[in-house]
This record gives sequence, C-alpha cells and structure tokens, in this order.
Amino acid sequence: MQEIIEALPTRPATVLRGVLFRHDPATLREALRKMILVRRFEESAEQAYMRGLIHGTMHLSIGQEASAIGATLPLTDDDYITSTHRGHGHCIGKGADPKRMFAEFFGKETGYCRGRGGSMHIADVSRGNLGANGIVGGGMPIAVGAALSVKRQHKDSVVMCFFGDGANNEGAFHESLNFASIWKLPVIFVCENNRYGMSMSVERSTAVSHIAQRSLAYDMPGVTVDGNSFAEVLNASEEAVAHARKGNGPTLLECETYRLRGHSKSDRNRYRTREEIDEWTARDPIVRFETELLQCGLLDAASVATLREEVEAEIEAGLEFAQNSPSPQRAELTRYVYASTSGSEQ
Amino acid sequence: MTADVLENVQAAQQEQTQAQAHDEVRELTYAQAIQEAMAIAMERDERVFLMGEDIGVYGGAFQVTGDLYQRFGAERVMDTPISELGGAGLAVGAAMTGSRPIYEFQFSDFATLAMEQIVNQAAKMRFMLGGEASVPLVMRFPAGSGTGAAAQHSQSLEAWFAHVPGLKVVQPSTPHDAKGLLLAALEDPDPVLIFEHKLLYKSKGPVPEGYYTVPIGKAAVRRAGRDVTIVATSIMAIRSLEAAALLEQEGVDAEVIDLRSIRPIDRGAIIASIRKTSRLICVYEGVQQLGIGAEIAAIACESEAFDYLDAPVIRLGGADCPLPYNPELEKAAVPQVDDIVAAARRIVGGRG
Repeated sequence: MQEIIEALPTRPATVLRGVLFRHDPATLREALRKMILVRRFEESAEQAYMRGLIHGTMHLSIGQEASAIGATLPLTDDDYITSTHRGHGHCIGKGADPKRMFAEFFGKETGYCRGRGGSMHIADVSRGNLGANGIVGGGMPIAVGAALSVKRQHKDSVVMCFFGDGANNEGAFHESLNFASIWKLPVIFVCENNRYGMSMSVERSTAVSHIAQRSLAYDMPGVTVDGNSFAEVLNASEEAVAHARKGNGPTLLECETYRLRGHSKSDRNRYRTREEIDEWTARDPIVRFETELLQCGLLDAASVATLREEVEAEIEAGLEFAQNSPSPQRAELTRYVYASTSGSEQ
Repeated sequence: MTADVLENVQAAQQEQTQAQAHDEVRELTYAQAIQEAMAIAMERDERVFLMGEDIGVYGGAFQVTGDLYQRFGAERVMDTPISELGGAGLAVGAAMTGSRPIYEFQFSDFATLAMEQIVNQAAKMRFMLGGEASVPLVMRFPAGSGTGAAAQHSQSLEAWFAHVPGLKVVQPSTPHDAKGLLLAALEDPDPVLIFEHKLLYKSKGPVPEGYYTVPIGKAAVRRAGRDVTIVATSIMAIRSLEAAALLEQEGVDAEVIDLRSIRPIDRGAIIASIRKTSRLICVYEGVQQLGIGAEIAAIACESEAFDYLDAPVIRLGGADCPLPYNPELEKAAVPQVDDIVAAARRIVGGRG
C-alpha cells in the first residue's frame, strides 16, 4: 500500500532502466512499434474524419499510448481484456489488426464488428478482447465475470480491465472491485487517469487524490504510476499480472496520463488551458520511450526510422483495405440480433 | 418369430409401459419444478452455476433454490453480495467466456439496478460485435403483485425487457412450463429472461421426470373455444381459465391462449385464434398502457385477423398507478377473474 502514498514524479531512472533490461530488445522494439502504430492509427482516423470519409464520433487516446501498450505487454492470447470508449490502444496492445480496425471505422463488412459497432465496440473475442464499451464502467463487471469463468475453468489466464478516471465514481466500479476481491479473482483493474471525465477534472469529481487509494476499501494492492512512462507501466503491470496468475487476486493499477486531444469531436477545450496541454505534450510517452531505448543502447536511430516506415506502410495498407471493403447489405439490417437470425428477425 | 421381430415387440411393450408411467406424472409446485430444472441442468453440464442474493444456505427469498446449496455446494450455488449491477454484469462476462450462469434477482423490481448490464451489454453484445460474441445467459425474476409487498416489490416489468432486441422474455404459468422453459433457456445461445409470478410458486401441477424442454416463442392454447379469444400472460392465463369456466356456465365459449413468451411472440397462434372467434381480450398484469396488450392488439390490427374482428379489442392490464399496499387496493390494481368475466360478457354482447 506504500506505493499509492508516493506521489509523482517517477521512480529513479536506474530502476526504470532495470525494467527495460529485463526484456529482450526485439520485444521492446515491438512495443515501441505498437505505440507508434496506435498514434498513427488515431491520427489517420482523425484525418479521415476531417475529410468526411468516416462519420460518427471517436475518442482518441493520443498521449496515452504508454499505458495501453505497457499494460498489455505481459498478456497472452489466453488472457482477456475489456476496454473503454477510448480503447484503440488496448485493441492494438491485445494484437488487433489495424486493417480490420480501420474497416470498422469505415463501417465495412470486413471490420471487427462487420460495421455494426464502430470505434466504440471494437472487439476480438477469439483473441480474448471482449470489447471496447460505450458505457463508462460498462466493461468492468464483465471483466470480473470473465475472471469468474477463468477461475471456474481452472485456467491460469488473467483479465485486464481498462477504465478511465470517469468510471471510478460509477457504481459498477465499486461493485466490480468488491466482487473481484471477495472471490479473489484474477483481474487487473487498469485505471487510465487522464485527468478529465469529459470536462470534469478528477479534482472536482473524485474524493481521493489518487484513484489507486480506492483499493484500500476493497483490500487489494493499489499502485499509482506515471502512465506516460512505458517502463513504469510495464513494471507495475507485470507485477499485477503475476499476482493474479498465482491466484492471489486483483490489483488496482492507476496510470496517470493525459489525453492530448479533446474528449470527442464536440470538445472545444474550454475546461483546460493551452499551458496545461503544452506541458503534457512535452511529456509525450512515445518520444520518451524512444529516447530511453536509444540512451540504453537497446535500439539505434536507423532501426527507429525503419520502424516508422513499417508503421506508415501498415497504416496506408489498412486505409486502403478499409476503403475498398464492401459495406453491409441493408437486407441484413437485423442480422446478428439473435444467433438464429440470418437476415430477418424472428 | 425371428429375433428381430421379437425385439421389436419387446420394444413396443416397453414403450407402452413408459407411456403409462408418463400418464401418471407426479405433481410438483412451480418452485419445485424450477428447482428440479436447475438441478438437472447442473448435473448435465458442469458449466452451469447459480448466482444470486441469499440463494445458498438461506435457500432463496422464495425457497426456489431450496437445498441446492447442500447438494451442489458453494461453488455451484453462489451467494452474491447485494450488488445487482455487479452481479448481473458478472453473469454477462461469465456467459461470454464459456460459463452458463443462472442469475436470480431476488425481486424483479431490483432489475432496475442492473438495467445497464441487461439492456446495454447482454442484449446488444452479439449485434454490436457483428455476431462474434454470444451471451448464453439465463436470468430469473420473481415478479408480480398479490403478496402485500407494495410498490417496490410487486411490479411486472417484463414488457420493458421485451422492448429490447437481443433479449428473449418468457413467463411460464405452470410448473410444467417453468421447468421446460428454464431448460430451454439454458440451451439458448442468447440471453433469456424468465419472469416467474410469485403467487404461482406454490401452485401445483404435473411435471414429467427428467429432462425436457418447452420451446421458447410458442404459445399454448389452454382451452379451445369459439366465442372469444383471451390472450393472457403468466398468472393471468390461470385467471383466464377460471373465468372461462364461469363463462361456460353462461354459454360463452372462451378460447384461452397462454402466451408463455412475449419475445419472441407467437403471432401465428394469436391470429389463428382470432380468425376462429372474431373477438380479442388481452389480459396481463403489467401497467396497461404501452404494455404487451398493445402489441397483441397491434398484431390483430396489422394482420389478416383484422378482417375477422367483430368487436373492438379489450385490454385488461394493471392500473395506472404504483402497486398499493392495502390488500383491497392491491387487488383492484390488477385484473381479477371477475374483471375478465365482465370483459368477456361485454365483448360477446357486441360492444367492446
């Protein structure tokens, strides 16, 4: 419980380097690639939206990539995640293919939800991604239910449950933590505290200064880390995942981070200052991780350039795939409402 | 006789004996029938387990789980905290990941605390995810008035849920159907919500031994008749049968249809009956306005049955108020046998 009392700033750089040196360079390179992929995926989706190529809305996690990729790195295909409305990073972290994610944005039949879900419902159940969720806190009890299945089935899988600071005042948050604790279920509750629930700041909405302090009420370990530090997130996630896998129950992990974009497309940034946004822009998690890898000699500049080219090619291919994919048929409007419906309902 | 023929004769004799045994079906209460269904389900399938408030040692608020805790243990009969949103959501998550939970709400009224998980998550998951997820979830809701429990423990909210694509909603009225529909619900790959009327828990009826299912979405004609069609749900099907017996003495031959399932709804059974009787009364306990009766009436109006109608449709539903505590007021708030008889007299008299 000591850790939640410790405020930012972060742990000493030597500790963080230790975390990085525990992993082989290929793994770290892949993690950086995924972080850049998340960033470029969202920037490209935003652009496509501006150009009128896609409709609806989207919630961008630009600035939060370290938390998504750092937290999911210790997971395997046998583990589950539940995600949020700001969940593109979690999907990529859990191995989603940006092609099919783009296709979903474009509302195409080749998308993860066959164009029926859009940005807020991307899922890949076959690989343990139980889905993003349009309801704040909506995925939390579902995550605990998946963990109950895991326990009943005597598997050693774990469930990582992402949510934002906004969810920590929902009843679903409190009920979920309590259930996971009384039944000692393998859940890692990952709170991405990006400081605002739409426009309301954590200071105004939440009675405790660190959301991890909520863990005290549910008798589970609680940790607050610098969510913009890949190494810090990874370190805490590995610990929590190991704890859960050993059958020791849930952990509440709070990643303090910041969304550099607005809440959604309707946001006019009236509730925060330019200075605040600039300050967090300077703490960009991708720049930081890249610099750390270069300084540690785990990656060289040429590799970074190659990696960025790879990502650009993947984005381009993804956009092309999405645009060229077929749209769902109107005649299939009510398909998938029930298992038995294959074109017309009932 | 060849061996083959002999075998056939023996088989036929055996079948006959079984059929005779089947005729002498024992009687169980509605609550016992549900309990037996859950026991059979847990014996057949290790993925099945029960969750709910006080369903363990206590045996459930209405003693439906009874001694299942002693028989199957705490791992299969799981007491939950008083935490309906969380509990319902856990059931959704468990159902998505290879389990077959049966979640009991202590009172159907408490489902209002869990609407988010039922309506936004369980119901929509398959569709939102483009057919890639399944939520084979069973939820049980003790519902209805008549117990003196007042406004927050007596409601009939089934029509709320039946308004949501992705859910299935059933209302068994007999012990036979209570068992068969629960076992059918467990076979279903989609969420099935079972509304059980609290006044029916102690009612008795024949229940076959062993495993059987009653199809979801199929109405039952409980009494064939020529003069008026009464489409009823849950306990109102029982009351309608009582009303039909009284009407018979007056020379009115009522057909009583027990809808059994309100989503999906058996349109064919409703239409076929109206074609025969030309008169329709809908009887249900939920608030009359915007309830299941409106849907039944619409089926009559929008189909070929319309041409057969000889009188305006009558809806008999719950009064436009919360359920009151006073026993006389409580009775007055939902259709009783007398109300059904009076409505039938009116409609047969030609004036709806």
